[in-house]
Amino acid sequence: MSTMTFAQALHSALKLEMERDPSIYLAGEDITIGTFRVTAGLVEEFGERRVRDTPISESAIVGSAVGAAVCGLRPVIELMFVDFIGVSLDQLFNQAAKMKYMFGGRARLPIVMRANFGAGMGAAAQHSQSLEAWFMHVPGLKVVMPSTPYDAKGLLISAIRDDNPVVFLEHKGLYFTATGEVPDEAYTIPLGLADVKRVGEDVTVVATARMVSQALAAAEVLAGEGISVEVVDPRTLSPLDEQTILASVKKTNRLVVVHEEVKFAGSGAEIAAMVAEKGFDDLDAPIVRVGAPFTPVPFSPPLEKAFLPKTEDILVAVKKVVGR
Amino acid sequence: MTLSPEQMLDCYATMKKIRLFELRAAEEFAGMRIPGFVHLYVGQEAIATGVCRALRPSDYIVSNHRGHGHLIAKGGDFRYMMAELFGKKTGYCKGKGGSMHIASLDLGMLGANGIVGGGPPIAVGAALAAQYQGTDRVSVCFFGDGASNQGTTHEAMNLAACWSLPVVFVVENNRWGEFTHQSKHQTVEDIADRAAGYNFPGVIVDGNDVMAVHETAIEAVARAREGKGPSLVECKTYRIRGHFEGDPMKYRSQEEFREWQEKDPIQRFERKLEEMHLLEPERIKVIETAIRAELDEAVRFAADSPYPDLAELTQDVYTA
Repeated sequence: MSTMTFAQALHSALKLEMERDPSIYLAGEDITIGTFRVTAGLVEEFGERRVRDTPISESAIVGSAVGAAVCGLRPVIELMFVDFIGVSLDQLFNQAAKMKYMFGGRARLPIVMRANFGAGMGAAAQHSQSLEAWFMHVPGLKVVMPSTPYDAKGLLISAIRDDNPVVFLEHKGLYFTATGEVPDEAYTIPLGLADVKRVGEDVTVVATARMVSQALAAAEVLAGEGISVEVVDPRTLSPLDEQTILASVKKTNRLVVVHEEVKFAGSGAEIAAMVAEKGFDDLDAPIVRVGAPFTPVPFSPPLEKAFLPKTEDILVAVKKVVGR
Repeated sequence: MTLSPEQMLDCYATMKKIRLFELRAAEEFAGMRIPGFVHLYVGQEAIATGVCRALRPSDYIVSNHRGHGHLIAKGGDFRYMMAELFGKKTGYCKGKGGSMHIASLDLGMLGANGIVGGGPPIAVGAALAAQYQGTDRVSVCFFGDGASNQGTTHEAMNLAACWSLPVVFVVENNRWGEFTHQSKHQTVEDIADRAAGYNFPGVIVDGNDVMAVHETAIEAVARAREGKGPSLVECKTYRIRGHFEGDPMKYRSQEEFREWQEKDPIQRFERKLEEMHLLEPERIKVIETAIRAELDEAVRFAADSPYPDLAELTQDVYTA
């Protein structure tokens, strides 16, 4: 056991898996240095054959991973920012996601595409987005989004061992600020399994990534006001752990979904619709979603601050569903 | 490296197989037994044939939307091809891919592709796997003049050059990118010139001369196999039929069409083989009859095969 940051936990996962499986290679822009240090040091240990800096060519990075995977390798590639998915999207959603199905089941695409996402660092509109809803919408992809170092390491190891294309999303604000106790050895957290981060009775708050800590902070405040909040972290958005979410709503009868994505058509829309459809009889109040406004991420610090959903927004949402 | 008479006749037979398959596919499509779109390879047979002849079964090819010829040249079976085009469960892709996504991983055919420019990065990935695993396999990417303008093609070539990957980029310049003539969609006459931009060899070959294509392919494949990196082979050819079946081709001049019909790769090779006394009308007839019989059987097989069970709809989205 060690205290690790989010970035260190991810690094540990990569290192352990690369030691275990020689068919794993890493590729991405500047990964020998590591934009956020996650991959730093790996080239010294594993060599340039297995840790490759690429030209700035996202289509080639993702596309070559597709070809390599179908021919027997296990690529773990990195997009420097999830916002760069635009320049490589075809290879992800038309090729990687669909090859197995289109080829009648014969192909196997064990690819992990890591990317950081999220706002709060003044990186502005093209380096700060949350795009998980895009990836959730594509059959053939899995979408994973850890919120803690412990979850990050276990989920990344599972993602690497999974034989499907996994989009592994890391909130850039968590890399160095989220710390926690993490086992030194390899362990797995199953994909598609949510985690109850805080047990409660009065309302379920489903939260992802950096919003998990915001939700936990809100829960602390609300506990002082006699409202008991259960915080559920899906951890994997696709496949979604409907069972855990529905069981929680069955107990609390109220649901708030919070994410950093733009609220309109975000992952929360799917979660809310699913619960409305399958858990309607358990609901005592309408479902409320908390998300960012329908704007690009602004640069100016006060505007960016206003853009980001925060603890106060969760407090308001919870009070709305409990009728206070 | 010259081919033996047997091998030359084999090349001829392969070209005939492609031609007759495509014409039969056109018939079946017109008869509404093939849904969706088909993009036929008529006129380009020498390229798939000459290139695949230079490959081993364990080498990889990546194709495009005009992929039937590539699959046949790599060893594709008429029955499983026709069944796939018909959408039947006995097809190469269990009926779930169709013409534009037909593939056989066993044959090293990593798929036709519905996205123009979708293939080059994948072909580079296959080459990466070969290099990484220390095999001497080669990856060949077939694409057209249209795809040569896609960003993905440039990225793929550059990356292949940076990592010195064993890939041969075969551009089939058939003069038409969908409905737009090459003279309008790019400012170079010779796509091979672009190889200089990536610092690897670019060569031009008469794409309607199967022996010339084969000789050129041998060199490029050997180069890749020896670890000397990628090359670009531009095959000058012509798309005899439309971009897709049903394309009225109003955009094309009859003059250009006639000019290229006279350079038909199969007729030219026939004449050459006749001059060498390796072929004569009798022999041609025998070859054709055999192929047509195979095609009849393939169509029967496809027609008689069942569609996939409805349960297939939700299968193979993921690997368990």
